[in-house]
Amino acid sequence: MAVSSLAAIDESALVMQARDGDSTAFGELVRRYEGKIFRLAQHVTQNREDAEDVLQETFMKAYEHLDQFKGDSKFYTWIVRIAVNQALMKLRRRKTDKSVSLDETIDTGEDMVVREIAAWGEDPEQQLSREELGGILDTAIQSLEPLYRSVFVLRDIEELSTEETAEALGLSVPAVKSRLLRARLQLREKLTRFFKRKGDDAFAYM
Amino acid sequence: MLTCKDFLGELSDYLDETIDAELRSKLERHITECPNCWVIADTTRKTIQIYKGMEPYPIPPDVESRLMQALEKKMAAKQK
Repeated sequence: MAVSSLAAIDESALVMQARDGDSTAFGELVRRYEGKIFRLAQHVTQNREDAEDVLQETFMKAYEHLDQFKGDSKFYTWIVRIAVNQALMKLRRRKTDKSVSLDETIDTGEDMVVREIAAWGEDPEQQLSREELGGILDTAIQSLEPLYRSVFVLRDIEELSTEETAEALGLSVPAVKSRLLRARLQLREKLTRFFKRKGDDAFAYM
Repeated sequence: MLTCKDFLGELSDYLDETIDAELRSKLERHITECPNCWVIADTTRKTIQIYKGMEPYPIPPDVESRLMQALEKKMAAKQK
C-alpha cells in the first residue's frame, strides 16, 4: 500500500492491519505517535538518553504485544501506558538520584503551594521567543517530583482523562486529582516569577 | 461560607469544569469576593493553557532513524 494513502486511514483499521503482520501499517502508527511519546519520555525521565531508550522500548513492546491490545481503549492511550511504565522504571533504576521516590504517599492536606500571588501581564508568553518560553516551561516541569510531573504531563500536556491517567500510573482517581492540583499550583507558582505584571509585587503579601 | 482552602481544594475540578452547578456557583461567588483566589484561579488557568499549547518538539532525525532501524530488525526477526 502506498504510504501517502496510509495517513488517511482510520486508526483501528491500521491496528488491525498491523496485527495481521502488515509492517507498513505499524510503521504508520509509529509515525503518528513517536513525537508525542518521545516528548512524554523526555518529560518523565528528564534525560535524553533514557527518553530515547523509552521510545524504542515502547514501540518494541507495542509490536510484540499487539495481539493483547483489545481496542477497548484508544491505541494512543495504550502505548502511553507502556511508555509511562518504561519511563518510571528508568527513574527507579537511576538509584543515584535520591530525590526519586515514586511510591511515597503524598500528604493531601496541608501544604498547598501558594506563596506568590500576583496577576500576570497580558499574554506574557507572547513576549518571549519560543525557545525562551520552552526553556522556562521545561525547567519548571523538571523541578516537580516525578509523580507530580507524570500526572501533569499525562493530564495537561498529553491531555489524557483523569481515569486514563490513573490507569496509566496505577493510581486511584483521587490520587491523580490531588497530585494534579499540587502540580498545577507548583507550576503556577514557578511561572508567576516570570510572568507577573510589573509593579505588582506589593500585591503579593502572602 | 467557602474558605480559601475549600476553594483551592476544588480548583482543579473548577478549571476542568467537572463540578456540579451548585458548587460552581459557590466557587464563583468566592472569587468575586476574594481577589487572591481570583488571581490564583486565573494564573493557574493560564499555566494549564500555556502547557497545553506546547507543540511536541519534532523528533530528532537521528533518534527516529535509530528507532526505525530497531523496529525493522524486530519485524524481520518475527517474520522469519
